[in-house]
Amino acid sequence: MSTLSVRVWRGGPDIGAGGFETYEVPRLPAQTVLDVVTHIQRRIDSTLAYRFACRVGMCGSCAMTVNGKARWTCRTHVQAVAGDGALEIAPLAHFPVIRDLVTDTRDFSDKWARAKGEFVPTSTRSDPFAAVEPASAARRAIDAAIECIGCGVCYASCDVVGWNPAYLGPAALNRAWTLVNDVRDGARATRLAAIAGDAGCHACHTHQSCSERCPKQLAPTASIAGLKRTTAFAALTGEIK
Amino acid sequence: MTAPMSAQRREALFWLAQRASAAALALCVVVHLATMIVAVRGGLSAAEILARTRGSVGWMAFYGVFVLAVAIHAPIGLRTVLAESSGGHRRRLDLALAAFALLLLAAGMRAVVAVTVG
Repeated sequence: MSTLSVRVWRGGPDIGAGGFETYEVPRLPAQTVLDVVTHIQRRIDSTLAYRFACRVGMCGSCAMTVNGKARWTCRTHVQAVAGDGALEIAPLAHFPVIRDLVTDTRDFSDKWARAKGEFVPTSTRSDPFAAVEPASAARRAIDAAIECIGCGVCYASCDVVGWNPAYLGPAALNRAWTLVNDVRDGARATRLAAIAGDAGCHACHTHQSCSERCPKQLAPTASIAGLKRTTAFAALTGEIK
Repeated sequence: MTAPMSAQRREALFWLAQRASAAALALCVVVHLATMIVAVRGGLSAAEILARTRGSVGWMAFYGVFVLAVAIHAPIGLRTVLAESSGGHRRRLDLALAAFALLLLAAGMRAVVAVTVG
């Protein structure tokens, strides 16, 4: 049976400075990177810390840096990324490491809140359903951006996040864009003010790493461009004070 | 008295000014390059070129817009680059770049006047 040579980043604040350790893992057909990490944890070293939940690309918890690029490990086949039989697995960039492959996502999540990523209803349950035309431009803009699973791959891939720790990042801004287009939402002005400026959409350099790496093939860059246009008009009309 | 403009609104307006001036520059640069190539290949001397530009309201307006677009576009872009690479001292940076914008405007307009008024 052929084997994979897997370098895995080990370490964290509680166990000292980190470094890569190498493990030999049996190569299997249709094996995913998450399968490899699970094999190491269950068969070789039970102290390896990593995070996953659904295993089917829905929950967004298993993203790691695989051979230098942020990826969702449960849907990344070894065959696609380790043609030469070598894998290097590290925690996501731009997230503080808790231990081994587990990162602290608090900042990432807090930025969704700072970008006013929660829906603010304008009606109650006793009101009739809102009629949203599926073919309307606003609804189509939402459709293009709504499938985010919050995996953090875009955030880990974004250069600006690395340079400017205050930057809200592609995922939070993408979320804000879906709400800005939601005709039922009642917090448009507050949200536009929250996502404009140095830490918001205007910090984006349009490198498009987020859109390149998003495992759901979303385009946060396009959402951020939409926010730039919308905030420009809102600034002109005085909607943003 | 009106409330001071928020940083968010200022950034959004700077972005708009940057994009609008970029659109103007795209056109101005093409016209400017084409004019230079036509003038040089046509064998016009400096005196012949000045004879065409002096007193021309059209050329004055065109290069006036060109200079204005440069004076808006360059400092805003430089401001972003410097803010990202230096951090902090935002206000001092804004004042320095406002001075830079005025310098570009003054030097550019001086050239426009020299070519179109003489």
